[in-house]
Amino acid sequence: MSRYVLPLVAVVVLIIFLVIGLTRGDPRALPSPFIGKPAPQFELPTLKDPSATVGSAAFAGRVALVNVWATWCVQCRVEHQFLLDLAAKGDIPIYGINWRDTRPEALRWLQQLGDPYVASGFDVDGVVGIDWGVYGAPESFLVSADGVVLFKQLGPLNRQIWERDIVPLIVSGGAAQ
Amino acid sequence: MKRFLILVVAILAVAPVAAIDTGKAFDDPELQARYEKMISEVRCLKCQNQSIKDSNVFLASDLRREIRRLIAEGKTDAEIQDFLITRYGEFALYRPRTSGKTLILWAAPFVLVFFGVFVMFRVLQHRMSMPIDDDTVNQGGAE
Repeated sequence: MSRYVLPLVAVVVLIIFLVIGLTRGDPRALPSPFIGKPAPQFELPTLKDPSATVGSAAFAGRVALVNVWATWCVQCRVEHQFLLDLAAKGDIPIYGINWRDTRPEALRWLQQLGDPYVASGFDVDGVVGIDWGVYGAPESFLVSADGVVLFKQLGPLNRQIWERDIVPLIVSGGAAQ
Repeated sequence: MKRFLILVVAILAVAPVAAIDTGKAFDDPELQARYEKMISEVRCLKCQNQSIKDSNVFLASDLRREIRRLIAEGKTDAEIQDFLITRYGEFALYRPRTSGKTLILWAAPFVLVFFGVFVMFRVLQHRMSMPIDDDTVNQGGAE
């Protein structure tokens, strides 16, 4: 009887690994190496005014949401209404990084769909995107008042994710400061 | 049959055309060799079963550009790997580095081979201790 124990344990372990592997959601989603670390510094020309800049300095000292978006990104369109609602509530400033896009198209997007961003940086060649480890828009980063990345969302944000994952972080982050 | 062969030849003919980086990045053959080795070992995060050498999505070309810039700046391979790992994590490298976190990746094949040999040994030992029916073999020395 005991000779069956080892193979049985091995099979059970294998099954556990398979179940974890098959049910852990989006297999393409990677853990961000930035969580708990200082957000990368950046400075970009703004979308609306190429002579002005926006960057990390703009939201230093307060909790902010950095949202990477592009007009070619279908999921960004899905996410957009949520960002507008969030901006309307005014709890947290949203800064955009317009990633690998063209200025006329991006401006038209904001004009037609509404602009939830305090400002959007225009990252035409994707350099800032790489610094932030972006690999698919939309991506959103919650940055604490002292510039640490608290959370990263890959794919569109929505109310459910916001309330489940992000609100508790804002509350605890606010209390800590 | 002839049609099938034509199809096969046509499909095979596509592969070289699909190569992405045809231009040389560096005149120095040593730098070019480093560059090509580097980009063949970096995973395209957007198209996760390709290296950035084999992909033409813009993220791959952006990463190739950054690696080209870093090599031109005289950065070592280790520094370039650090650059990628701090941004995209260990997953970006097809050849993960040996560290506490990746130890299991490197050790697993050896552990598994060792385990297999161990099991095989145990099975053989067990069989050798079994009585042998074939009386043409004089096997008194088992066990």
